Amino acid sequence: MEWIMAIAVGALFMIGVYLILSKSLLRVILGTSLLTHGVHLLLLTMAGLKRGAAPVLGGGADSYADPLPQALILTSIVISFGITALYFVLAYRSYQTRGTDEIDGKEAGDKGAES
Amino acid sequence: MNNLLVLPVLLPMAIAVFLMFFRKKIVLQRTLGVIGGIANIAIAAFIVMKVRSEGILTLRLGGWEPPYGIVFVADMFAAVLVLAASITGFAVLLYSFASIGREREEHYYYTFFHFLLVGVYGSFMTGDIFNLFVFFEVMLISSYALITLGGSKKQMREAPKYLLVNILSSTLFVAGVAYLYASVGTLNMAHLSLRIAEAGQGGVLNVIAVLFLIVFSLKAGLFLFFWLPGSYASPPFAVRALFGGLLTKVGLYAIVRTFTLIFPGDPSFTNGWIAAMAAVTMLLGGIGAVAYRDIPRILNYNILIGVGFVAFGLATGSRDGMDGVVFYMVHDILSKGLMFILGGMLIAAAGSDKLDRMGGLMKVRPGLGWMFFILALALTGIPPLSGFAGKVLIVRGGLDEGMLALSLLALASSLLTLYSLVKIFREAFWGTEPENEDEETESDAKQASGAGRSSEAALGKTKAFAGVSAVFLLLFVIGLGLAANGAYGFASQAGAVLDNPGLYIEAVLKE
Repeated sequence: MEWIMAIAVGALFMIGVYLILSKSLLRVILGTSLLTHGVHLLLLTMAGLKRGAAPVLGGGADSYADPLPQALILTSIVISFGITALYFVLAYRSYQTRGTDEIDGKEAGDKGAES
Repeated sequence: MNNLLVLPVLLPMAIAVFLMFFRKKIVLQRTLGVIGGIANIAIAAFIVMKVRSEGILTLRLGGWEPPYGIVFVADMFAAVLVLAASITGFAVLLYSFASIGREREEHYYYTFFHFLLVGVYGSFMTGDIFNLFVFFEVMLISSYALITLGGSKKQMREAPKYLLVNILSSTLFVAGVAYLYASVGTLNMAHLSLRIAEAGQGGVLNVIAVLFLIVFSLKAGLFLFFWLPGSYASPPFAVRALFGGLLTKVGLYAIVRTFTLIFPGDPSFTNGWIAAMAAVTMLLGGIGAVAYRDIPRILNYNILIGVGFVAFGLATGSRDGMDGVVFYMVHDILSKGLMFILGGMLIAAAGSDKLDRMGGLMKVRPGLGWMFFILALALTGIPPLSGFAGKVLIVRGGLDEGMLALSLLALASSLLTLYSLVKIFREAFWGTEPENEDEETESDAKQASGAGRSSEAALGKTKAFAGVSAVFLLLFVIGLGLAANGAYGFASQAGAVLDNPGLYIEAVLKE
């Protein structure tokens, strides 16, 4: 199982990095979104893929899955979900204000990006 | 067990949530902010005194025994940083009254402000590395909101980049946590330290250490600071004071905590990296501060010099260096906040942020001028002021360890700090008043000082708060310098824990 996960994580990282390197803000956001997915899969894989029982202690369970990484991933998913939503809104607002979707792009009606 | 430790996090959070429902009632928002700020300073001071008398305090949230649950740990280092952060936070709050403008105040400025403080205090106090990530995110999401609040063209250009850099570093943070959990199977910092010491640091653990160094350096602006001068130049000055005083210091705190507690096992490897990054940061920060002629950039590059200096103290790995790190970080939180408050007042007074358009302000605003001068001396490290003791300790630590070149570089960077700030003082306060040529950059300066044209009248009444906040912080900067002997006792208690992680581990895992 691990090797499938490793390939999936690698692919997500690769696509994410590729998208982040593009100029369009929309692609960049999709890239960060894929990158965080990749990290979540990584966290799941690194904590050990077990096909054990539910993580219940005391019920006489012989094998159980580690519940901690799932809790971590859940937290991380919630955070990245919120940030992605905020980023999309910001990108839209940035597009409205500046008239371009490009990071560092030439702005409509502006003399140029002098920072 | 000590429920006191959760108060610095709980209080601003309660205020932030409460203020969400009263966004139009600005007087209520300000009053609550002031009461909360004073209460937080009192709580933080109480925690510091308690740590002083009883040693490291811990709080097991939910009653879970470490290493299973999340613990809050207040050693002296965390406690004094919370105190310094709450003092600076309070001053910035007062300065916001005078400069942030009604528009922003009505759009949840104070809510985000308090959430940011939640993240900062929580990051200092937590003893669990994943919880550190969560508090980082609380802080960063508030900072995303604060950096975009207002929606000017400049902010809209810089904010997406700021978000991207921080999302990337947070992603790497989670990856680092994943690798760490896979290799040692715990997330409690004290337990991590124990397990890594047992396993012997090296090989894959060094790789993880460098991954964390990258993550925190991105946030602290240590070497990986390419995003900082641009991003920090876009929001209003009150927000910049908050970012410059607190945000970068939290990243720096994480570096210090990680490399003194979790990865202290291979100092020749990790300290080499940190020393090199510190050297480059001080050098480039110094060059940047000297090279530019607009005030926002000069101030932003001065943040970097401070960051490099603390990292150099950490890299010495000596006891003196650790005491110096504590001392200098407290000084840096106070004085960088003050630097941006004074910078904002200066730009508001001059009506421009370019040095070429200023001059002769000494006649109009002598108080502001002398405060700026004292601050310049404090940041340089002239003896009776707060920067001196930290610099002496760090450089002494460096010389003891035989890092002659780096020590000289650190001293040279102080000289560049002095030059860059005195340049502002000389050209803005002395000299002759420039003729008012054109109004082209007027609007930009207005945006910088946060005073929109419509809210100009409303701000008139509260302008006095700017002076009050600056004097308030300046008193602490001078006081910390004058009382350096007494403060050294606290710094040395904090440095002892940084120097010997065993103390921290014992306090967290006892019973």
